[in-house]
Amino acid sequence: MNSRAKKGAFPVTISIRAALLICVLAVAIAVLAQDKNPFAGNAEAAKLGEFQFRINCAFCHGLGARGGGRGPDLTRAQKRHGNSDGELFTTINQGVPGTAMPPNGTTGQGVGMTEEEVWQVITYIRSVQLKAPAQPAGDAVHGKKLFYGDANCSGCHMVEGKGGRLGPDLTAVGMARARDAIVDSVRNPSRRLAPGLLEATKEFPQEYETVTVVTVQGQEIKGVTMNEDNFSLQMMDASEQIHLFEKDKLRSIKKSRTSMMPIYSATLLSDKDLQDIVAFLQSVGGK
Amino acid sequence: MKRVVQAWLVVLAASFFVPGAWGQATSTRLLNSGKEPQNWLTYSGDYAGHRFSALDQINKGNVRSLVAKWVYQTGATGKFETTPLVVDGILYGTAPDNRAFALDARTGRPIWLYQRQLPADIRPCCGRVNRGVAVLENKVFMGTLDAHVIALDAKTGSLLWDVASVDYKLGYSFTLAPLVVKNLVVLGVSGGEYGVRGFIDAYDAETGERKWRFYTVPGPGEPGHETWEGDSWKVGGAPAWITGTYDASKNELLWPTGNPAPSNRGEGRAGDNLFSNSLLALDVDTGKLNWSFQFTRHDEHDWDSTQVPVMIDKGETHLIAQANRNGYFYVLDRTTGKLILANPFGKVTWSNSKDAEGRPVAVKESTPTLEGRRVCPGAAGVTNWESPTFDSQTGLFYVNAREQCDMFSTAPQPYEAGHAYYGSAYFPADDTEPFWGALRAIDPASGKVKWEFKYPSPSWSGVLSTAGGLVFTGDSEGNFVALDAASGKALWHFQTGSAVYAAPMAFAIDGKEYVAIAAGSSLYTFGLP
Repeated sequence: MNSRAKKGAFPVTISIRAALLICVLAVAIAVLAQDKNPFAGNAEAAKLGEFQFRINCAFCHGLGARGGGRGPDLTRAQKRHGNSDGELFTTINQGVPGTAMPPNGTTGQGVGMTEEEVWQVITYIRSVQLKAPAQPAGDAVHGKKLFYGDANCSGCHMVEGKGGRLGPDLTAVGMARARDAIVDSVRNPSRRLAPGLLEATKEFPQEYETVTVVTVQGQEIKGVTMNEDNFSLQMMDASEQIHLFEKDKLRSIKKSRTSMMPIYSATLLSDKDLQDIVAFLQSVGGK
Repeated sequence: MKRVVQAWLVVLAASFFVPGAWGQATSTRLLNSGKEPQNWLTYSGDYAGHRFSALDQINKGNVRSLVAKWVYQTGATGKFETTPLVVDGILYGTAPDNRAFALDARTGRPIWLYQRQLPADIRPCCGRVNRGVAVLENKVFMGTLDAHVIALDAKTGSLLWDVASVDYKLGYSFTLAPLVVKNLVVLGVSGGEYGVRGFIDAYDAETGERKWRFYTVPGPGEPGHETWEGDSWKVGGAPAWITGTYDASKNELLWPTGNPAPSNRGEGRAGDNLFSNSLLALDVDTGKLNWSFQFTRHDEHDWDSTQVPVMIDKGETHLIAQANRNGYFYVLDRTTGKLILANPFGKVTWSNSKDAEGRPVAVKESTPTLEGRRVCPGAAGVTNWESPTFDSQTGLFYVNAREQCDMFSTAPQPYEAGHAYYGSAYFPADDTEPFWGALRAIDPASGKVKWEFKYPSPSWSGVLSTAGGLVFTGDSEGNFVALDAASGKALWHFQTGSAVYAAPMAFAIDGKEYVAIAAGSSLYTFGLP
């Protein structure tokens, strides 16, 4: 097998040109294969895609692809990580680094999908996608004013590098979460605590739990849990000071699932103002 | 004089490790593994499934001073599930994507490395994982993700034989560590997510010739076939993806099986669906079924019974215990296969009564619906494949347990060869509390939990007990922990930097005890300073 290569059956220049041509052709075919959905508009493929979606995607993106507390609403026409079929294929197959979206086949949820099955899922997503792109119903400009002003969201939350650190960064939340999930987390912050740090090998993320510790010196510190295991605790207090503790060196640790975020009831923040804030978050998250 | 004797011992010990005197694990040595606690010769450390080490140099008194001795980096990503074997100072392990390696167990320096060329279109449902090798004489055996069984030269890692078991494109793979008994290499297949027809195979260790196959889903005319509706048996699942145990006194393998397919849809496969979610007692020479016990009948929750079954002998009674994924701790009579005890060791909502034999009976409300129903335990079970341990000194059975309920929904799904075949969707239960876990110490006499050690989130780690009065395990926050086996008090821990998906084991070289655990992409060993 190796002898042919050693003998050099073709003049070197020609073989290089031939090899280059083959490479170019191969890349072209690969690009074509990646860009075009072979099942576009095929109702039967969409049905098969729905099975795959339920197994592999529904855990985060919800039944019917309408999103949930964990993953974005995929019925929206605009997708944060690319709208074309090819971009969707890449997102599904390779995941989105830095987010909870894993590469195809690496999660314990469901099984790895074949290339054909990924295209079926894309066909399904297209079939449930809303025809008209959803327009933010609120006033994003006013929402921004509230976010950084009267509603004081920015006291704890950051958007595009501006704001506080105690709560989750909300830059991407407008696209990453369904509208209802955002509204619910403002009205009932403790109902479902926001996920925080997710390590590569871990099954579940750390959540924004409230923790109160008393040091051996008797100092009481209250804040949010940043990371915790059986033996250590990282937390941030209300003044954004990070504390690192070994648990056996603390006098006491008290954890609570009541969020440090105040409940924004309708008297504190009207439905209209909340709608404007969501519109602002969606206008940023969609970028 | 004393000095001379010591010097002799050193020479003797050293000669054991020079290549000319390369130790070979004969079938007799595998059978009598208890006589050589310095080695770890099979997946569970012995044929009884105890995962117990008789070494006691590391003990309650000194474990606080345990330090890392060496770390071997595999360079592989994905869940690292191996239990390494140690034969006379050489450590054999596997890593994701069917890597295998032999290391100097004193230093962690590699002797040989092997990686299989896998096809691009393999079907590993739940990661490109492997749980370890088996050894016999000059060979190391591995089951592969493309459903082959291979034998490597223990000295060089060279491929000695390679046998295709079944067409991987239909969804079959091997992920478990094989079990060698006599001259046979025994493996069970994975693929319950693809509508396979499960089986357990035995191969001639010398040649790779298949000696027998036991189909875990009986075909027409075979006993149990009547428990399947129509043609559903053809894609009935019941894989056998965890290493079983071996009762030499009866010449019998005790091998557990997994879920019927599709896992979350019982419609179309009416009946008990034998021998899914069962414990099988098979004659090791012929693969003939002596008895079987089904833990979950007509399963619709993906509760594979693929947990290591543990042999416990008390005088004249020969028992087998299993902490099952469905949430019950079972004790059976090993001679007859009759149920002695079934007690929940975690939160269970799928059953609230037992039949005349004492088996838990499912409530109607646990059947998945299109909209989804909340059932405890969730699909991952109260425990999963992570190895338990039995410590004959404390008389306790230790296992990592998970407290998680799930919404189970069902959906009609056509079977397509080689494609996922679940008939279901998974989505989170609307629980506000996070899921958690605990290491639980169970008294096998009563099935009651004696103590527990809680984790912030559920652990996928196996457990090792040792004669030093210790229990070792890992957690999902990355800690490798040593606990007092009697009380469950944490005595020592080390942060590995990765959630642990493997079981610990222990070995000794030159009179020094080591404990090893795979985590992340690294194999860690610990010893006294």
